[in-house]
Amino acid sequence: MNASLRNWVLVGLLLLLAAVPPLAAWLNQPFYLDLLRRVMIFAIAATSLNLILGYGGMVSFGHAAYLGIGAYAVGVLSYYGINNGWLQWGVAIGASALVALAIGAVSVRTSGIYFIMITLAFTQMLYYLGLSIEEYGGDDGMRLASRSQFSGLVDLGDPASFYYVVLAILALFLYLTARLVGSRFGRALQAARTNEARTRAIGLSPYPYRLVAFVISGAMCGLAGALLVNHTAFLTPEFMNWTRSGELMFMVILGGIATASGPLLGAAGLLLLEDLLQGWELLPKAVTEHWQLYLGITLVLVVLFAKRGLAGLIPGRHE
Amino acid sequence: MNLVLIAEQTLNGLQLGITLFLIAAGLTLVFGIMNLVNLAHGALYMVGAYFCTYFFQQTGSWPLAVVLALAGSMLVGAVTEVVALRTLYERDHLDQVLATFGLILFFNELVAMLWGRAAIFSTVPDYLSGHVQITEQLRYPLYRLVIIGVGLSVALLLWWLVARTRLGMLIRAGASNRTMVAALGINIRLLYTVVFSFGAALAGLAGLLVGPIYSVQPGMGELILIQVFVVIVIGGIGSIRGAFAGALIVGMVDTLGRAFLKPTLATVLSAPAADAAGPALASMLIYLLMAVVLAFRPAGLFPAVR
Repeated sequence: MNASLRNWVLVGLLLLLAAVPPLAAWLNQPFYLDLLRRVMIFAIAATSLNLILGYGGMVSFGHAAYLGIGAYAVGVLSYYGINNGWLQWGVAIGASALVALAIGAVSVRTSGIYFIMITLAFTQMLYYLGLSIEEYGGDDGMRLASRSQFSGLVDLGDPASFYYVVLAILALFLYLTARLVGSRFGRALQAARTNEARTRAIGLSPYPYRLVAFVISGAMCGLAGALLVNHTAFLTPEFMNWTRSGELMFMVILGGIATASGPLLGAAGLLLLEDLLQGWELLPKAVTEHWQLYLGITLVLVVLFAKRGLAGLIPGRHE
Repeated sequence: MNLVLIAEQTLNGLQLGITLFLIAAGLTLVFGIMNLVNLAHGALYMVGAYFCTYFFQQTGSWPLAVVLALAGSMLVGAVTEVVALRTLYERDHLDQVLATFGLILFFNELVAMLWGRAAIFSTVPDYLSGHVQITEQLRYPLYRLVIIGVGLSVALLLWWLVARTRLGMLIRAGASNRTMVAALGINIRLLYTVVFSFGAALAGLAGLLVGPIYSVQPGMGELILIQVFVVIVIGGIGSIRGAFAGALIVGMVDTLGRAFLKPTLATVLSAPAADAAGPALASMLIYLLMAVVLAFRPAGLFPAVR
C-alpha cells in the first residue's frame, strides 16, 4: 500500500463524477447535477487553499476574497455587456493574482496569528467594498445578465456541458497542484513549512516561495469564483463573507490537509452534509430547521478527533 | 461640521471604543495566557445581551437582570472552556480557529432556537433613558454616558486586578511561563477556567450594555468580533494595555470615519463621487489602519512582553 493507491482513489472519484450526468438524466434527477457541480467548484477553491494551507503552512483566513474577485470580474464585465468567457475568465484569474500579490506582499511577512488576522482583515475590506458599490448591486447583489460565452464552443447554459467544464478544470488543477507540489518549488515550500530555520540554513529564503504559492493559489481560486458566479447566475458580496473563508478551511481539514484528494473529499463531505441536514425527509423537523447547530457540533468533533480527515481513511502510507 | 457634532461623534467613538475594549480584554487575556484563538468569544457577547434582555423582561429589575446575565455568561464561558476549549490549548492555531468557528454556528443556532431568528426588543430602564445637557447645545443620551462610565471603571478594576492582586500575579506568571507556574503548585487548569470565565463575563457585560443600542439577534457577536480582532492586532496580542489603546483608536477611527469622511471627501471630490467613495472607504478604514500598523509594527503597538 502506498501513495499510488490514493492517487487511484482520486482518479476513481473523478471517473465517478464523470458518470453522473448520464445517470442523473436517466434517473431524471437534475438536482444532483447541480449539487455536484457546486461541490466541484468548491473543490477547486479548496484545492487552491490546500496549496498554501496544507503544503505551505500558511493559515489563510481570507481565501473567499478570491472567490469574490473572480465572481466580480465576470459579473462586472457582463454588466457592461462583455460576455466573452475567455476574456472574463482571464480577467478573473489575472485580477485575483494581482490582488493576491498585493495582499501576499504584506501578509506573507507575518506569521502565526497575525497572518490569520491580516488575511481576514483584507478579505473584510474587499467584502465591505463589495457591499458599498451600489452600481454592482451593493448588498442586494446582482443577477448575471448572461453566463460566460465561449463563441459557440461550449454552452454553459446546458447543465451537463457546464458540469463537464467544471470537472475538466478540477481535474486539471488537481494534476497541476500535484505536479507543483512534487517539483523543486513545492519541495522548498514544504521545507519552509516543516522547518524554517533549516530551510534558511541551506540557502533558501522562504518568502519568495511562499509569495509565489500565495499568488498561484489566489489565481486558481479566482477561476473558481468565475465558475461559482456562472453556477449561481447571481453576483453577491456574500461570496466574500468571512464564514465562506472558514468553510473553505474546514473543507481542507475535513478532507485531509496536504493530501491530493483531500479538497475534493472535504468539499463533498461538507456540502453533502449541509444538504442532508437541511433537506433529508428522514430527519426530524427539529434537525432540518436548526441544521447549523448540528453542523457546528460536527465541525468541533472533526477538528478534535479526526485529525487526518477523510483522506486518512484511505489505507496506505501517511506522512 | 460644527463643534457640537464633533463632540457628539467623539463621545460615540469613545462609547464604541469602550465596548470593543470590554470584549478585547478577555480575548487578549485568553490568547496571551492560554495561547488560544477563540473566534467564539463573540458568542459570549451575544449570550450576555440575550440573558440581560430576557431577565429584564422576566423580573422587571434591570440591576438584577445585569447580575444574572453576568453570572450566566460566566457560566456559559466556564462550561465551554471545560467541555470544548480545554483540549485545544495544545493544538495549532488552525485547529483552534476551526473548532471555535464550529462553536459560533452552534451558539448562533442555539440562540435562534431559544429566542427566534429575528432581533428581539431590548430596552433600558426608565431611569437610564433620556438625555443629559452637557453644554448649552450638546445633549447626549444618558445611557451612552453610563456605558462609558462603566467601561472606564471596569478598565481601572482590571488594571488593579492584574497588576496588584495575587490572582493577577498568577495570570501574569501563567502568561510568561506556564510550566513554571504549574511546577510551583498552582492548579493551572483551574486558573485557565477562571481566566476564561472572567473574559466571558466581560464580553457578556459588553453585550448586555450595548444590547439596547444595537440589535440583539443571532450573529450579532461576529459583526463586532472581527473589529475586536483588529483591536487586539493593532494593540499587540496578549497585552491589555494594547487592547485598551487599540480599542479607543478603532472606536474613534471607525465612528469619526463614518461621520466625517463623506463630507470631507465632498470638499475635494464631486458630490456623487464622495457619496460613492465615502461609505466604502469609511467601512474599510479600520482594516487599512490595521494593515498600516502591521507593516510598520508587526507585533502591534504595545507588544506583550513574553
